[in-house]
Amino acid sequence: MTGVLPGVAPMAVPPGAFLVVATLLFAIGLAGALLKRNALSIFLSIELMLNAVNLLFLTYARMRGDLAGQMIVFFVIAVAAAEAAVGLAIFVALFRTHRTVDVDKIALLKW
Amino acid sequence: MVADSMNQLWLIPVLPLAGFLLNGLVALVASSIRAEKESGADHPGAPLPYAQRLFHGIVGVSSVGLAAVLSFAALVPYALGSMQVPEGLTPIVQKVYTWMAAGDYTVDVAFRLDALSALMLSFVTFVGTLIHVYSVGYMQKEEGYGRYFSYLNLFMFAMLTLVLADSLPLLFVGWEGVGLCSYLLIGYYYDKDFAAAAGKKAFIANRVGDFGMVLGIFGVFALFGTADFSFVELAKRQVLAGDAPLGVYAVCLLLFLGACGKSAQVPLHVWLPDAMAGPTPVSALIHAATMVTAGVYLVARCSALFVLAPDALTLVAWIGAGTAIFAATIGLAQNDIKKVLAYSTVSQLGYMFLACGVGAFSAGMFHVFTHAFFKACLFLGSGSVIMSMHHEQDMRKMGGLAGRIPQTFRTMLVATLAIAGVFPLAGFFSKDMILGSAAATGHWALYAVGLFTAGLTAFYMFRLVSMTFFGQARGDGHGHGEHAHESPATMTIPLWILAALSVVAGLLGVPAALGGSDRIGRFLEASVAHPEIPEMSHGLELGLMALSLVVAVVGLTAAWRWYGRAAGPAPAVSPQAHAFYEKTGALGRLVANRWNVDEGIEALVLSPFRKIGTFLWRGFDALFIDGIANASAFLVELLGDLLRFFTTGHVRNYALAFTLGFAALVAYLWMS
Repeated sequence: MTGVLPGVAPMAVPPGAFLVVATLLFAIGLAGALLKRNALSIFLSIELMLNAVNLLFLTYARMRGDLAGQMIVFFVIAVAAAEAAVGLAIFVALFRTHRTVDVDKIALLKW
Repeated sequence: MVADSMNQLWLIPVLPLAGFLLNGLVALVASSIRAEKESGADHPGAPLPYAQRLFHGIVGVSSVGLAAVLSFAALVPYALGSMQVPEGLTPIVQKVYTWMAAGDYTVDVAFRLDALSALMLSFVTFVGTLIHVYSVGYMQKEEGYGRYFSYLNLFMFAMLTLVLADSLPLLFVGWEGVGLCSYLLIGYYYDKDFAAAAGKKAFIANRVGDFGMVLGIFGVFALFGTADFSFVELAKRQVLAGDAPLGVYAVCLLLFLGACGKSAQVPLHVWLPDAMAGPTPVSALIHAATMVTAGVYLVARCSALFVLAPDALTLVAWIGAGTAIFAATIGLAQNDIKKVLAYSTVSQLGYMFLACGVGAFSAGMFHVFTHAFFKACLFLGSGSVIMSMHHEQDMRKMGGLAGRIPQTFRTMLVATLAIAGVFPLAGFFSKDMILGSAAATGHWALYAVGLFTAGLTAFYMFRLVSMTFFGQARGDGHGHGEHAHESPATMTIPLWILAALSVVAGLLGVPAALGGSDRIGRFLEASVAHPEIPEMSHGLELGLMALSLVVAVVGLTAAWRWYGRAAGPAPAVSPQAHAFYEKTGALGRLVANRWNVDEGIEALVLSPFRKIGTFLWRGFDALFIDGIANASAFLVELLGDLLRFFTTGHVRNYALAFTLGFAALVAYLWMS
């Protein structure tokens, strides 16, 4: 282990496990985002992917003894919160006008 | 010395410039106020209020008058002093400021007073002032009074710059300036189509000449390394060295092309007759007395260069002689009083170039000088006739005006005799000096053409006088001839002054054969080249003079017999004249139709150019250039039509594309 912060105990679980979990989470999220039709499900899947990335950041921050990774996670959480607010508002509006949130039935951006 | 303190040459052109600014500004402001007041516009063409007319008149006349006073204060002492020295006084050159500087080479705004510019200055300012005075009366009912005077002042500024300039570039400024004013004043009645078209024609015909002029100026610079008039001295030295490079020929021909445009020589003469669309005082000032002689002035100014290229001079002489006889024949058959005078001007300008061409530059300038007086008098007289006839210009509807407008009649008669070359009026001496020089240098063919033209001149001028003043009033059915009235004093006084000068101006150049001493020739020798003209025996010279006098009298008599007693209703052509036209048939019609030059230019020059233009427009621009633009637009559209199918509007398609793209990118980075 290199670059461990002074006064921090070595990790009990090996870091490779965290990386595997994060990758799995990301893959599940990606699959959900691509395959689901319900807008809310897609949205949740995206949140899953974001959190997978957060986990990666944290793992590497711990491994390298660098606080920058942790800082970025805070930013990601803040942006995700804002995105959630905007995204949910869009879904509400979509539902009001089209009576559905099935993305396959909505093609508003088509030429 | 008084003369020195008065000798601020730059003031002479600047005074009319100030007049232009003042008149133009007041006219603009006043007309905008008028337009506001008259937004109801019951009679928009009404004359200006008296106070404003007074203002424009005073500013216009006094600025030019003051310039004339300054000119004479400068040139009289110079001329008198110059006559006492065999070589003449050295030119007075006053630099005002440096206009352009490029490395070692500078072009100054500098003014030059020498024999040549003094001669030009004298009649330009004098005749200019008289015509301004005349205009006060002639234009009084015009709404554009202020505009007219500001243009006329601007013209005087440009003309004086042209005359006084010490370098070809500055001369060119004046040259273009007079061209601009000519355009503006020909198109003075801009709401009339023919006037606007005539202005455009004049401007474009002059462009053709100016193309040569500009190249000629470049050529002078290339040959001598300077374009101010010190190049004349360099050219003179080259005469002594006996070395004339081919470039000199080219430069002479190019400068002569410029002179042809400005001075209406064949085939660029077509604009001058049309220029009569302008107000008559403008025709007198610009298209008879001053501007159109600028070409002769240019040739005389560059005479030292021209004598280096004898073949170019021969061309000048023949173009001049050709123009003289050509325009005179057209003058025979014109019925518009101003058109006759216009062709007469073209013809007389031809004489001047003929003189330059045989090497008698001072004789050419002498004719410029005398012509300014009698032609201005004739034009102003025709203006007076036209005004008394309520803007009727067709001589066939005139007749019998001698008793009704006696002052106009008498002054025009004097000027007619002067231009016809009747002894001892001005035209006799100057024309005879030209014919004498042609004969003395052995150019007998040119002499014959000139002599014949003199007869034609006498004929068409007396035809004009006869049709206008003699016989019975023919009228146009509205009785204008019967109610013709004499013009106001502002118009008749200039007429009398010009008529008097048409009588005496020739005395400056009385030849030795008549006991004179040809003062003007000796005076001009200081600034123009004077190749040796062989002396003729006085007997021969007197014989030639008598011959030209006989020719003139024959012309006058013939015109009198044919047209002088024409009476009764129009057409006012005597049976003899009818018979003449019958006999001459096609030739007569050709002459009456101005030798079909306009049609010829249309067919040979304009129509091919128009075809080329149409081809470039339709073939090149519309097909090729637009084709490139349209084809590229079409390709882009085609591409867009293909790509638009990827825009499904379904979020999941986009997400898939996004993922695949990202995967491809990662794979690419992995590989490399």
